Amino acid sequence: MSTLLEVRDLEVVFDGFRAIDKLDLTVAEGEVRFLIGPNGAGKTTLIDVITGLTKPAAGTVTFAGESLLGRPEHKIVRMGVGRTFQTATVFEQLTVVENLDLAATFRQPMRALLRRRKGIGDAVAAALDTVGLHDQAGSLAEVLSHGQKQWLEIGMLLVQDPHLLLLDEPVAGMSKDERARTGELLHQIAETKTVVVVEHDMEFLRRFANQVTVMHEGTVLCEGTVAQVQADERVQEVYLGRSRDKRSTAEVS
Amino acid sequence: MTAVVSRLKAPGWRGKALFLGIAFVGLVVLPSVMSEFRLGLLAKYLCFAIVAVGIDLAWGYGGMLTLGQGLFFGLGGYSMGMFLKLQEAGPKGLPDFMSYNGLTKVPAFWQPFRHAWFALPAVLIVPMAVAAGLGALVFRQRIRGAYFAILTQALAAAFVILLIGQQGYTAGTNGLTNMKSMFGYDLNDPVNQRNVYLAVAICLGIVFLLARQLVSSRYGRLLIAVRDGEDRARFLGYNPTVVKVLAFTVSAGMAGLAGALFVPVVGIMSPAALGIVPSLELLIGVAVGGRATLIGAVVGTVLVNYAKTGLSEHFASGWLYFQGALFILVVAFAPKGLAGIRDMVRRGRSTGPAGGLASPMNAAQVLEVLA
Ligand SMILES: Nc1ncnc2c1ncn2[C@@H]1O[C@H](COP(=O)(O)OP(=O)(O)O)[C@@H](O)[C@H]1O
Ligand SMILES: [Mg+2]
Repeated sequence: MSTLLEVRDLEVVFDGFRAIDKLDLTVAEGEVRFLIGPNGAGKTTLIDVITGLTKPAAGTVTFAGESLLGRPEHKIVRMGVGRTFQTATVFEQLTVVENLDLAATFRQPMRALLRRRKGIGDAVAAALDTVGLHDQAGSLAEVLSHGQKQWLEIGMLLVQDPHLLLLDEPVAGMSKDERARTGELLHQIAETKTVVVVEHDMEFLRRFANQVTVMHEGTVLCEGTVAQVQADERVQEVYLGRSRDKRSTAEVS
Repeated sequence: MTAVVSRLKAPGWRGKALFLGIAFVGLVVLPSVMSEFRLGLLAKYLCFAIVAVGIDLAWGYGGMLTLGQGLFFGLGGYSMGMFLKLQEAGPKGLPDFMSYNGLTKVPAFWQPFRHAWFALPAVLIVPMAVAAGLGALVFRQRIRGAYFAILTQALAAAFVILLIGQQGYTAGTNGLTNMKSMFGYDLNDPVNQRNVYLAVAICLGIVFLLARQLVSSRYGRLLIAVRDGEDRARFLGYNPTVVKVLAFTVSAGMAGLAGALFVPVVGIMSPAALGIVPSLELLIGVAVGGRATLIGAVVGTVLVNYAKTGLSEHFASGWLYFQGALFILVVAFAPKGLAGIRDMVRRGRSTGPAGGLASPMNAAQVLEVLA
């Protein structure tokens, strides 16, 4: 499989603090990659750099053979990189359909946007089905539950039709049922897309993850299958502090 | 909730009937029952209402708190005023104030305004070009909120200082006065004044429909999205700078048109109508009527101006205090203005946080709400 996303020697510095330090990451076309690591490891910062929100101090980010660095956020989206946010951000004063519709129409020229929306487009209808928000289609997004907002955000990402999806903690704060549904949704998405998922939840990871990259203090600690990284001593150390004696019962979490 | 959703649908027969009803009253009933003087006042208020629709577009829907709309009002007004002054002076003549100031010939930048084909389009194009240039610079730099508000206010103030300083070219503090005729029609003739009123009312109707089309289109949804989450909108693939520049430019064009109409209505265009205070007054009607409801902007502006005239007729300085109090009350207790109170009444007072009356806010929240 060919490489879709390649990050090399990345460094991000905030006021002298190295949030990302010499990080390398390669994601192949069609892959579903889980990205884990303790709070403050730099996972969100990495996504921010890929999507143009944060400027790195050094390094390269290449997507489908083209550099992403220095491009404005909306152009990176137009190249086919989409993301969600750690705290779901949808437009609360717009309805669910309007949120999805906006995410679908960015390729249209301004002229076309000056017309009224007539009905619900095919892509929007399909996304409504996929994320199960049909009953809320006409409701303002502000009335949705926390989990529904996260699904709406995933739906917006789907209609955007990116090649690469970057999901920042998509199941954080969700109930058990909601997590399971999101996991299935993820499987469905993964059939046609390349996905990078930042996730903490161990059970979710065990059920749905294949390839896992563990980050710590701004760099990659190790990579492998769930079983491999769970067995890695360094990973256990990072997650449990220095208490090595508890290793036998340790879980990455 | 259903009220909110249905508001966004294509105008139903009730909306159309209401619009036609108001048009009938405004174009047929009022001109035949109101005195010449009162009709003149109303024409002036409707000019302000045109500006208010533009402010609502930029601020209510787009989140751009523009405190300097007087600048664009003035650019439109002076374009029209220069045209009328030159018309009066005739092909060889010099506008009256220029000879008082010792000028012997019409300055070069005045010359194109001799021609209607230049001056009338300039009424729209000049303010829109200034707004587009300014917006492109400012919004690209991601200047927004209170910083944007202060910037626009400073520009309005600077414009006034420029006008006052260049007395020979602009007639200074007095402004352009004594404009008695237009296209050869006597502006003091009641029949012509009535026609001017009708022109203003029709322009307001057109501006209103245009704004309505804009806000109910996909672009209107996008404008709201940019207002509520500019940075989020970038990740939907949109460039917020383009979205904001467009709304700001249209709002400037509306202010320019209103300024130009103001000239034949009042016969004067002077810096006194353009500075910081008049620019703020243009905003108050929108706040009172309810941000992000176009009809609220129109109704609020007309009501506030009637209150202003009524109060200043009785106690001269009372208006200023009333205005200040009104603004604070609206911002602190009814941030959605009259429209919010209407929605609340409709919902039979069973209102949650989305209602018209909110709990009192502190000063920091007030700025946040505005910007
Ligand atoms: N804008 C910022 N300014 C300063 N420090 C930041 C900023 N963003 C993130 N950081 C710091 O960088 C580190 C990595 O943060 P983040 O990428 O959010 O971690 P994660 O998503 O892995 O929990 C943290 O220590 C955080 O405090
Ligand atoms: Mg994070």
